[in-house]
Amino acid sequence: MSEIDSKVPNKPPKTKSDFSRRGFLKGVGISGGVLSTGVLETEAEAEPTAKVDGPGAVPITLNINGKMHKLEVEPRVTLCDALRNRLEITAAKRVCDRGTCGACTVIINGKAVYSCTTLAIDAQGKRIETLEGFSTPAHPHALTKAFLDHDAEQCGYCTPGFVVAAKAFLDHNPNPTEADLKTGLGGNLCRCGTYMGIRKAVMQAAKEMKSAKVAKGTAHA
Amino acid sequence: MPDTTTPNYHWPPMADRRVIGKSHSRLDGIQKASGAAKYNSDIKPAGMLFGAILTCPHAHARVTSIDTSEAEKIPGVTAVRVIMGPGKEVQWGGAEVASVSATSEEAANDAVKAIKVEYEELPFLVREDDISKAGNRAKAAGEQVTGDPDKAFQEAAYTHEGDYGIPVITHCCLESHGNVVAWEGDKLSLWPSTQNVSGIGGDLGRAINVSAANIHVHQDHIGGGFGSKFPADLWGVEAAELSKQSGGKPVKIFLDRKTELLIAGNRPSAFGHIKVAADKDGKITAWESKTWSTGGLAGGGLSADLFPYVYRKVPNRRINHTAISTNTGSARAWRAPNHEQVSYLTCSAIEDLAAKMKMDPLEVFLKNADLTMREEAYTSQLKKAAELADWKKNWHQRGDSGSGAVKRGLGIGVGTWGGAGHASQCQATIHPDGSVEVELGSQDLGTGTRTIIAMVAAETLGLPVSAINVKIGDSTYPPSGASGGSTTVGGVSSSTRKATVNALDKLFAAVAPSLGTTPDKLEAVDRRIVVKGDTSKSLTWEAACRKLGTNKISESGENNPRTAPREGLNTGGVAGVQIADVSVDTETGLVKMNRLIAVHDCGLIINPKTAESQIFGACIMSVCSALFEERVADQQIGRVLNPDMEFYKLAGIMDIGEIIVHLDISPENDKRGVIGLGEPPAIPGDAAIGNAVANAIGVRVPQLPLTADRVLAALASKGGNA
Ligand code: FES
Ligand code: FES
Repeated sequence: MSEIDSKVPNKPPKTKSDFSRRGFLKGVGISGGVLSTGVLETEAEAEPTAKVDGPGAVPITLNINGKMHKLEVEPRVTLCDALRNRLEITAAKRVCDRGTCGACTVIINGKAVYSCTTLAIDAQGKRIETLEGFSTPAHPHALTKAFLDHDAEQCGYCTPGFVVAAKAFLDHNPNPTEADLKTGLGGNLCRCGTYMGIRKAVMQAAKEMKSAKVAKGTAHA
Repeated sequence: MPDTTTPNYHWPPMADRRVIGKSHSRLDGIQKASGAAKYNSDIKPAGMLFGAILTCPHAHARVTSIDTSEAEKIPGVTAVRVIMGPGKEVQWGGAEVASVSATSEEAANDAVKAIKVEYEELPFLVREDDISKAGNRAKAAGEQVTGDPDKAFQEAAYTHEGDYGIPVITHCCLESHGNVVAWEGDKLSLWPSTQNVSGIGGDLGRAINVSAANIHVHQDHIGGGFGSKFPADLWGVEAAELSKQSGGKPVKIFLDRKTELLIAGNRPSAFGHIKVAADKDGKITAWESKTWSTGGLAGGGLSADLFPYVYRKVPNRRINHTAISTNTGSARAWRAPNHEQVSYLTCSAIEDLAAKMKMDPLEVFLKNADLTMREEAYTSQLKKAAELADWKKNWHQRGDSGSGAVKRGLGIGVGTWGGAGHASQCQATIHPDGSVEVELGSQDLGTGTRTIIAMVAAETLGLPVSAINVKIGDSTYPPSGASGGSTTVGGVSSSTRKATVNALDKLFAAVAPSLGTTPDKLEAVDRRIVVKGDTSKSLTWEAACRKLGTNKISESGENNPRTAPREGLNTGGVAGVQIADVSVDTETGLVKMNRLIAVHDCGLIINPKTAESQIFGACIMSVCSALFEERVADQQIGRVLNPDMEFYKLAGIMDIGEIIVHLDISPENDKRGVIGLGEPPAIPGDAAIGNAVANAIGVRVPQLPLTADRVLAALASKGGNA
């Protein structure tokens, strides 16, 4: 749903909003969208290979929730669109489609990432976790249960993104204060206004996940 | 004499309730929080095609030519449709010009880009904040005068005059607007994102000339609506036509975020000059408002009849309103249409008057409570909110907030709403195996509708909530109203109550002989059918249902808004008061929410847990609109500059402070029956936050949102003596 812009032949200086995100991503060859969970990508990106992909569809393999998925996508296809449109893995939602709202959050190699600003081809060879991978109605994750307990969801459209971001956050910050949590989940937006419940839910889940870990540790000892 | 001909539908007495009034977690909560809940933007029926829409970049233009030939050649494209052919006039940016469908979303987007359109640009107006530039686009409504405002202003001890403004904001539902549509023969399947499961089929049918009976609507979940998702919309029509041209294959069109923010609804603006006067004791004697607003091309926007808000009985009033037609997407209902704007303008002017009188605004709101329609309610709510805010300790005269750079302030906002139940039908079925289902063509917007339906049925039938199979979200179920205006909870709870009472009466009739009694002596308690007063005589629920043999019981119940008031199951009319507590950094202009205290009256509360969530959510929406949200349009180029979520800002989890909810759950309120709670708490927050900032920094920031630049500008205009 783009516009044919016949009016502005000489574009004014580009503002942030004017960037074609996908063009930008392709141009610099990185995957963007690391959330503000305090886990900025620090290791160097693998050297880009000289091989040029596209513009047509290319075969790729994605490791999603421990399962290998083979599919063909054009290099411009985001991980979010690959998940939703091709693989029908739909917990991650496409909302802003430009790295603002967090509804599309997935975990890649242990880090929360916006899947709408990650190209599917760049997600190859990495461990991709979606909400479906760690929480199901039959075996809900502690966070899922805590979201229910504290009514941290209304329409629920932002909820999967919050649960995934919260999991990545707690994996890295098992003893958060409420202030940590507010910063840690600052990369996600909710329109229905469920933040009050989310704060309580994540604090509860943190406690439960910790005591579960302790219990597990003792059992193994 | 008790009426023996009609069943007793009344809500059970408060003390006897087992389910209603106790907090229950939402039934679909685990589904949603595990990602298993499927929204219609998630589904992919076999063979689904992706649709896309070409939109107009200009605020106002005539299409001179449109060439779709290149688009049609793109591999995977199945259909291309021209919506605005040569000669057609496009009236706002983002309006639909052409549509395509293709086997992949990428191909559909490429096809849209390949359509060549030439436009003749036409004059436009996209901003309305300066009414002097509106020219002939401004249409004044007639002046309304009550009493003698001129004389009252002359005689007044205090008069305040001020300008206030609240911009257009958008719904920004996280699930965009859209649908999946497919044909099978002459029948149509529609999977929309809608607040109107029972009505949207008819709406689409009228547009494409198909009987509503031939349109099957299904929706399990919706990702936000807030008033913007009632009609079938042009994207429904286009998806249906593209599907038809593609052999009936399902076509998915969900608007991209930019288009959604441009054309899928917004809340009208409100700007105005307000004059308000009081006598020497602070009693308000006169009101004059000259306001204007835009709701898009149609002008409209605001119902100025609501001025002065809540304080309706100011004896002398003069009200003028001008609607401004702009070349921008059309307004839609926005959670409490009109009320936030009139509340903001009214309460701001009252607090400014109080500041001028050097009076405590709490005293002014209290002293004038007799000017409201609910003097007692507002008096007690103002006092309760003040108590929760520790007003006496924390309030200070305007601007009298110490010497540090960060100033704290408190402010008040008030609201009122209806919220009586809409028309709703429910079918309740008891099966011989003991299973129970209730069917309604309703929808759960995230308010918890599913859960309260189950709770009502469980209460009536003496069963646990988990025993009730709630079926909503399908047009084959009995029709239930659209979810808007806080009407759903009253409607569906009443129809469910009646249907389940009717079904239970049938069950009583079937089992009474075997218990050696008459049906009127039976009651349903704790999974048993019991003879009242003789617990030794009872049947388990399952044993009772087995007595039905092979015959299920299926009974209907209806809420009719016309007869509902005398039946007493639901009603309308609530008051609300909120107090905001903010800190403002006078060096950076940043406003920080400390607390928002929300005191609301209510009727019978079915599920306190989800009721509280409604209030939290509404308060957070107020923080969004008071501090962040604004659709910014540029009159030079005729464009909205921020149709995206970086620059169309919403509050995040760190921005909202604490929210303190007080719901007046009391036997007295309970007697009123069920009243909707969706809109009321969304109303007073804008005013309360604006007033708190004025109280903190000693000067009014006239226009929302209270961004840093506006705060600093207001401080500068005052001469910086904050
Ligand atoms: S959809 Fe990816 S961040 Fe919003
Ligand atoms: S629950 Fe609706 S957007 Fe968060």
